[in-house]
Amino acid sequence: MSALTRGRALLTGRYRGHVLFASVALLLLAIAPAALDPFRLGLLAKYLCFAIAALGIGLAWGQGGMMTLGQGVFFGLGGYSMGMYLKLNDAGAEGLPDFMVWSGVEELPALWEPFRSPFFALAMVVVLPVAVASVLGLLVFRQRVRGAYFAILSQALAAAFVIWLVGQQGLTGGTNGLTNFYDVFGMDPEDESAQRAFYFTVVAVLGALYLLARQLVRSRFGRLLVAIRDGEDRVRFLGYNPATVKTVTFAVSAAMAGIAGALYVPVVGIISPALLGVVPSIELLVAVAIGGRFSLAGAVLGGVLMNWAHTSLSENWPEGWTYLQGGLFILVIMLAPKGIAGLARQAGDLLARRRSAGAPAAPPAPVKEEVAV
Amino acid sequence: MRISHWRKMAVMATAAALVLTACGEGEQAESTAGGDTIKVGILHSLSGTMAISEVTVKNSELMAIEEINAAGGLLGKKIEPVVEDGASDWPTFAEKARKLIKRDEVATVFGGWTSASRKAMLPVFEAEKALLWYPVQYEGLESSPYIYYTGATTNQQIIPGLDYLKDQGKKKIFLVGSDYVFPRTANKIIKAYAAANGMEVVGEEYTPLGHTEYGTLVNKVMSAGPDAVFNTLNGDSNVAFFKQFKAAGGTAEKLPVLSVSIAEEEVGGIGVENVAGHPVAWNYYQTTDTPENKAFVEAYKAKYGADKVTSDPMEAGYNAVHLWAESVKKAGTTEVEAVKKASAGVELKLPEGLVTIDGENQHVHKTARIGVIQPDGLIKEVWSSEEPIKPDPYLKSYPWAQGLS
Repeated sequence: MSALTRGRALLTGRYRGHVLFASVALLLLAIAPAALDPFRLGLLAKYLCFAIAALGIGLAWGQGGMMTLGQGVFFGLGGYSMGMYLKLNDAGAEGLPDFMVWSGVEELPALWEPFRSPFFALAMVVVLPVAVASVLGLLVFRQRVRGAYFAILSQALAAAFVIWLVGQQGLTGGTNGLTNFYDVFGMDPEDESAQRAFYFTVVAVLGALYLLARQLVRSRFGRLLVAIRDGEDRVRFLGYNPATVKTVTFAVSAAMAGIAGALYVPVVGIISPALLGVVPSIELLVAVAIGGRFSLAGAVLGGVLMNWAHTSLSENWPEGWTYLQGGLFILVIMLAPKGIAGLARQAGDLLARRRSAGAPAAPPAPVKEEVAV
Repeated sequence: MRISHWRKMAVMATAAALVLTACGEGEQAESTAGGDTIKVGILHSLSGTMAISEVTVKNSELMAIEEINAAGGLLGKKIEPVVEDGASDWPTFAEKARKLIKRDEVATVFGGWTSASRKAMLPVFEAEKALLWYPVQYEGLESSPYIYYTGATTNQQIIPGLDYLKDQGKKKIFLVGSDYVFPRTANKIIKAYAAANGMEVVGEEYTPLGHTEYGTLVNKVMSAGPDAVFNTLNGDSNVAFFKQFKAAGGTAEKLPVLSVSIAEEEVGGIGVENVAGHPVAWNYYQTTDTPENKAFVEAYKAKYGADKVTSDPMEAGYNAVHLWAESVKKAGTTEVEAVKKASAGVELKLPEGLVTIDGENQHVHKTARIGVIQPDGLIKEVWSSEEPIKPDPYLKSYPWAQGLS
């Protein structure tokens, strides 16, 4: 009939996901770089880094029911792997990273030596988080630890990691973390063209990881994961091993956090324990809850929105922004328990029913609602 | 299924909040266009653990700006402060510094407290070729061409503190500090000083920031039998440390604890009954006897309340604004390179006395002062270097410190 109806069909029909993905890609790849000044584009790149970590949480928590309060650890492992390479690269073949000099370290610690190689460092961005998550996952999920106990355990891990980082000043830079990078793969990180390159890298990585996560969720593996979330014992009685499925998912989500951390370092120019502790880890979880944890797109949206709100509220009300942000989040969670994505889905369903007015409305399928977009 | 009334309200409330935010941004963008003011950035933690200290520095900096504006402004223009919150989070300091420089195009930024926040901002200011005025005493070993350091460097606070202990005949020193860059670097310097001056370091202990259990540590101090303790603990930890030190029978007469991070502002928080009699090392006290300080303390109390105290970092922040303004006057412009050039040798009589910007390292010449905490919570000066000490962030003029940097 009319273009309007066809447009509506695109928004509500089976291609809804494709249309959404294409428009977000257009927005991020073409419109945002043209419309935003370099400073705002740099901030958007930062938000998108958190969105990558949020995507991982969406996978582990939203789909797999693993409430992880320790993603900061994996973000940190990725970020420090990248930071260590950059620091060594700046220091040159003979020199020591600046913080070691003022901490009284005279010889490069053995732990740092392999990070001279960019390939090793980039591999570690993924390998370290996956290794830690796998070991933790196998130990914990085999023992059938779940729910609040898993959350507390992951949170303790984040707390311990930060204490260790701060305590080992000569090795890790302590509370200062690693900062002051002059050369990121041949580019000056403060240069505007370099910032643009980082931005497009982040967008590309986010896009690729989103598609990967979506594929994973739609595969047999993903169905198994949701089944475990909703009834772990039943799945076990059917002959599957929930521990393996959960460990793999947790490791994938850790890898995403690691990659997010590694991208964050050149974009913002610092990695420090302040980013990895209990509070930032919880903030990430809150972001996913606000975006909508049952939807991967919701998780990504939450990661971006939360950090955008952070910046824009604090710029406009530097003295009282924390209360405003907190209040806003409580409101969203109270009134929209499935987050913004949940609201959007309801709105979409409403639209679909209006379209087929006259025909009896199909009852909403409860399971469908909780499968990722 | 109908979207419930409540959900509709939630959507509307969220939308309203976002629109509000957007409006706020619009307003800010408009005021950027006006060219009749000089914008400066004020970047301190207004939320988080550091807020309690940094808000006081923000206050004194705003007061200095008001004073300049009341006296006719700068180059015929009013100074307009743009306040941002560093949120006690180092990456946020870097982000807000970038925002102030790139979006607000401020002439200079006054900000930071912790060394970590300064280290996070340093690459931003160097890359953007913008100015930062950092108002807190710190661990030295740094001299960025785009940062002015108006607090003490090590040879204006720690070394005078050690000289004082040596004069008092203290031979055995115990080092207690929070685990971060300032205490670790300070203690490195103290150990080198002790080795060269016939003193002995009988113990060195670090605790995480925010640590509050000091029973074991106090026992270690007591059993090591030092003549004095050199304390570089920061923040809340001091409360627990001094309480447990007193409970274990430690007194200022038998075993003085010299602190370098406790000023008037902190004494109230620790409880004056726990710290009275112990010495501290700074460059300024509320009781410092200069006509400029009398006016400063009066103005501060009039503006922020009669119960408020003034302290060294606040005064250094206040000084930073005046020193910058003086350099701008001398340069005739706010352009960064011209201001840098004009700033060398700029000299002002400020609450702590005569302060001069050093042309070589952008630190300031300051008078060192040792004080003793009084039962009324103020600090009485007991020793001073009499005249300003030339800043030497790398301790190049001290032979015993050659191996340090």
